[in-house]
Amino acid sequence: MTEALQRTALHAPPPATAPEASVARPLIRIEDVSLTYGRGERKVQALSRTSLDVPNGDFVALVGPSGCGKSTILKIVAQLLSPSEGHVFVAGREIGAVDIRIGMAFQNPTLLPWLSIRDNVMLPLKISQPFRSDWRRKKNGEYRDRADALLAKVGLGGFAGHYPWQLSGGMQQRASLCRALVHEPTLLLLDEPFGALDQFTREELWDVLQALWMEQKPTVLLVTHDLRESAYLANRIVVMSARPGRIIVDETVDYQRPRSIETTFRSDFVELNHRLRSLIFEARAAGSGAIPAGVAA
Amino acid sequence: MKRWYKERFASTALIVGFFLVWELACVAFGISEIVLPRPSQIIVTLFDRWPALVPHTVQTLYTTLVGFALGVGIGVVIGMIIGSSRVAYDVAFPLLVGLSSIPKVAVVPIFVLWFGAGTVPAVLTAMVISIFPVVVNVATGLATTEPELEDVLRTLRASRTDILVNVGLPRAMPYFFASLKVAVTLAFVGSVIAETVAGNRGIGNMMLIASANFNVPLTFAGLFILAAMGIGLYLVFAAIEKRVTGWANRKAELAMG
Repeated sequence: MTEALQRTALHAPPPATAPEASVARPLIRIEDVSLTYGRGERKVQALSRTSLDVPNGDFVALVGPSGCGKSTILKIVAQLLSPSEGHVFVAGREIGAVDIRIGMAFQNPTLLPWLSIRDNVMLPLKISQPFRSDWRRKKNGEYRDRADALLAKVGLGGFAGHYPWQLSGGMQQRASLCRALVHEPTLLLLDEPFGALDQFTREELWDVLQALWMEQKPTVLLVTHDLRESAYLANRIVVMSARPGRIIVDETVDYQRPRSIETTFRSDFVELNHRLRSLIFEARAAGSGAIPAGVAA
Repeated sequence: MKRWYKERFASTALIVGFFLVWELACVAFGISEIVLPRPSQIIVTLFDRWPALVPHTVQTLYTTLVGFALGVGIGVVIGMIIGSSRVAYDVAFPLLVGLSSIPKVAVVPIFVLWFGAGTVPAVLTAMVISIFPVVVNVATGLATTEPELEDVLRTLRASRTDILVNVGLPRAMPYFFASLKVAVTLAFVGSVIAETVAGNRGIGNMMLIASANFNVPLTFAGLFILAAMGIGLYLVFAAIEKRVTGWANRKAELAMG
């Protein structure tokens, strides 16, 4: 309880100064971060001295061959993992020292099966501050309306009272996006959220996500292995090498928004995809050559 | 729905058929009531002796329910402690398995030694016997919570208590209720054993005396009462389970493609 009080107390002054601060420094700064799993012979280096800056309001896609540590970066930023070496700064302060609102969606919808879709979406409001303090008072009013409005935006208007198992995979993923955004997070972390969906549903959800992002403008880190997805959604594409992951390309994508499926047929879009694909291919080839050496060491 | 009715009808027919075969076999083979009384005799005895049977029934129900309630309370606490940490789970499990494999009849004399004959050993035996299934199920339910679901809460800066209350406990509910159904029938076993070994009241004690007097129909009447109480409590907990944990029994035909 005391901790929560202190946190709100610490939080009270910053809003006035926050805008200037965000111009001066990136929202997230990843500095020489390495991460090793396991120990001894089973040691696996997932990330090797990776650095990345993400300015406030940016939409960054992390792509790379599987196992390159792109999800690891996301988990470190979400504080689900701690780096073995290096530092992560959020809004200029060491991660953990500062509390920003984070929304996260995973490859699986990870909805709680015992809660209705609406209650699932309202979960961040129940748990995270400052919404938590008003939970009892607002859960049947303002918060409920907020969840319902968001669900309506992603096309789940009539499903608020349903349970997750009554919905298809694509619909569950829409609900999961709502849950990630309902508390208007400063930072949105997306870990291959559309990876398990079919092509058509995926493209539909790109538009849903783009619309929500343009409205709320959170800073986004999107991990994906779909190049078209990254080029369609992101302002910046960061390509990572095979394990241990390092950043090999940092590409800006400046197609006008809102982008549509038509964008994906433009020649420069196709050309960009083509170029990224060959870069990843090279990275994979280099990676597979490096693995025996790593085992020998 | 049609299938449901068919199944209900079939199981009712099976029960009726069971008693019918019993009754007819006794008549056909001329089995003496000292060996195996006919169901009709048992029911007549049940009605004749009902006023005398009520206090015994109440006593058994009382010791069972008190023991069961204590057992569930203790079981939930132990289960939560063990289930909320991997280490506690691994460390405590061998001891629990060891304790649970002791036949509970064997502890009745110890309880009698400590507390004397009567109500207390019956309550304690019912308690001891119903702790284990609750502990195991609550601990398993908590320990098998998907880490992804916990991650959802951890990204929201949830405390350990938040995670337990919002993910762990709801997730463990189906396991908990499944264990209640098992535990309540076991609690009956516990209190009847204690009543038989060291009771002065209760259905178990009544059956012991009736069999010593070769009043076999009355002994069987005790059995019928126990069966009826066991079924009754099982149904109560099954109904509560269905209301509280309906989400766990998802039906495929309701899901959409």
